[in-house]
Amino acid sequence: MARIELDLAHAYKPNPQRDEDYALLPLKMTFDDGGAYALLGPSGCGKTTMLNIISGLVRPSQGSVRFDGRDATTLTPQQRNIAQVFQFPVIYDTMTVAENLAFPLRNRGVGPQRIRQRVGQIAEMLEMSAQLDMRAAGLAADAKQKISLGRGLVREDVSAVLFDEPLTVIDPHLKWQLRRKLKQIHHELKLTLVYVTHDQVEALTFADQVMVMTRGRTVQIGSASDLFERPQHTFVGHFIGSPGMNFLPATVVPGAPAGATTLGVRPEYVALTAANAHGAVAGTVTQAQDIGTYWLVTSKLSDGHVLRARLSGEQAIPAVGDSIWLAVVGAHTCYYKNEELVA
Amino acid sequence: MELRLAGIGQRAGAQVHLYPLDLTLVPRAVTVLLGATQAGKTTLMRVMAGLDAPSQGSVSADGLDVTGVPVRERKVAMVYQQFINYPSMTVYDNIASPLKLRREAGIAARVGELAARLHIEPFLQRLPAELSGGQQQRVALARALAKKAPLMLLDEPLVNLDYKLREELREELTQLFATGESTVVYATTEPTEALLLGGYTAVMDCGELLQYGPTAEVFRRPKSIRVARAFSDPPMNLVAGTAAASGVTLATGIAVPVPLPTGASSTLSVGLRASALRVHGREGDILLRGKVELAEISGSDTYVHAETPVGGLVAQLTGVHEFELGSSVTLYLDPAQVYVFDADGTLLVAPLSARGR
Repeated sequence: MARIELDLAHAYKPNPQRDEDYALLPLKMTFDDGGAYALLGPSGCGKTTMLNIISGLVRPSQGSVRFDGRDATTLTPQQRNIAQVFQFPVIYDTMTVAENLAFPLRNRGVGPQRIRQRVGQIAEMLEMSAQLDMRAAGLAADAKQKISLGRGLVREDVSAVLFDEPLTVIDPHLKWQLRRKLKQIHHELKLTLVYVTHDQVEALTFADQVMVMTRGRTVQIGSASDLFERPQHTFVGHFIGSPGMNFLPATVVPGAPAGATTLGVRPEYVALTAANAHGAVAGTVTQAQDIGTYWLVTSKLSDGHVLRARLSGEQAIPAVGDSIWLAVVGAHTCYYKNEELVA
Repeated sequence: MELRLAGIGQRAGAQVHLYPLDLTLVPRAVTVLLGATQAGKTTLMRVMAGLDAPSQGSVSADGLDVTGVPVRERKVAMVYQQFINYPSMTVYDNIASPLKLRREAGIAARVGELAARLHIEPFLQRLPAELSGGQQQRVALARALAKKAPLMLLDEPLVNLDYKLREELREELTQLFATGESTVVYATTEPTEALLLGGYTAVMDCGELLQYGPTAEVFRRPKSIRVARAFSDPPMNLVAGTAAASGVTLATGIAVPVPLPTGASSTLSVGLRASALRVHGREGDILLRGKVELAEISGSDTYVHAETPVGGLVAQLTGVHEFELGSSVTLYLDPAQVYVFDADGTLLVAPLSARGR
């Protein structure tokens, strides 16, 4: 297990000049020993580049990678002692489940008794004990991926285990069970885990700390509730949540903090209110969607901005064309300047 | 277009892909085909389009029998999950192709209008391969829309896109469908997508059409356990119970006061939507104590999986809430929010929902 520090930038082409030339803009970041981290962002945001730099598959074009304070920039994945789990199962079809799980340990010369013990423990955690003697070839895709996860987790001496979208091939209704497994395993084994995904559910459920990335930049590192309640950057407000945060000019209601240009409020925190109420804006309903367990009401303000509100069906829901007032200022309202949170 | 399917069935050898079904699509509205993979959605769409002839039954369009009429002679546009465009043609030519085939006038104007509506105007002179996945699917959508076909079929069109793009495009599609130019059929595996699209929903499961009606109504009154399972995400919590004088008694003796219709079976299933379970109590609530197995966080909601004496339950909480694995949790339930199903799975009781308006 290791504490991993990055102080680097990466460009795939030589002589980067502008921001767009970088796959990863200059960054400083620390992954604490035993932490569960997720790198979250849309395709092309740089998350896989960062993962490959941590593992040693890609060498950063500038700066350094340190493992427990020692420079590891030029070390290979083997030298860094990294375990990896990929999108698709990487296993030996001709071996049994037990042999597959034992393989990384055998390679490192671990004694047979310890191997048996550890393989048994991992199989137990993944609920694969009954399949230990089965040949991997005959198993379903998700069972094979479970073996891949097991192979990634079986060694106790790894610096970190890296996951690259590991649940892609898993059937949707089985995903929550594996998410739970991963979380439990992290609790029990206290390994340093780094998980790359474009799926907010995966990242927010798995990680203690989520790094939200866009266009080569990490715009926020925080817990799921940090990202939901206090997005540090408008991109986080937009990307986390479905639908994401509403953004309005800060001048839409009086009382914005000095310097703030944009007001951000999540649809969950917009409420119907009386005409001319404090911190409220007037709008006309353009869409009222019955989502079964709640309503999604979209309104257009007089300045043309769109405002979405998630309303409980326990109240009267306005209809399309109605003029309504919506409260947008409250304890959960955020203010931004140049996309960065200011208050 | 009014599309009417009468006694449509589809089999391949001994294998049944579709059990005989009747379905008349509400004209100029969206019909969502909702079901898991292998439910028969694509098979049904292919019959609707005329790509496949059904093994039995008939298809009529605006009163005219079109069973067995090939797709080329039908007025239909299709969009698939994969982004299908002509790779050697520019975006402009891709969108214009159906119009050129019909030698229509005003092609440039129509292409420009569609490109503007789908935000692909800047890319008209590019090749599809130079675009992102989301943009490529927009091109395919624009081409389908260009046809102005009275019937438009979309088979999981957003499934291969990132969720933010999916959100954006779904929003645009709902607006396009709302113009009422075409009868639209939209297949999806996701209950939430069906609710967001609105319109009407046909719930399918293992080759059977289970229920068809206005989307919110089908959601609120699923006529069977199978519909309730298919049309809930997370899946509706189902708890075994027995009929008692005052309602239903759950396994551990918890009494749920709910008026049962006469003739209910003695063994029952109680259905609890995840959103009906709360972590803050109100007067009259039923308490279910349990241990947290996982808190799944979706970004807007938290799904708390808890192990309780009546079985595993999932509660949906608005917003982001963090729970320690293994910590104790009490779930609260308003007994007026329960569904009750008969031993054979038929709906007996559904919550009287506040309709909101």
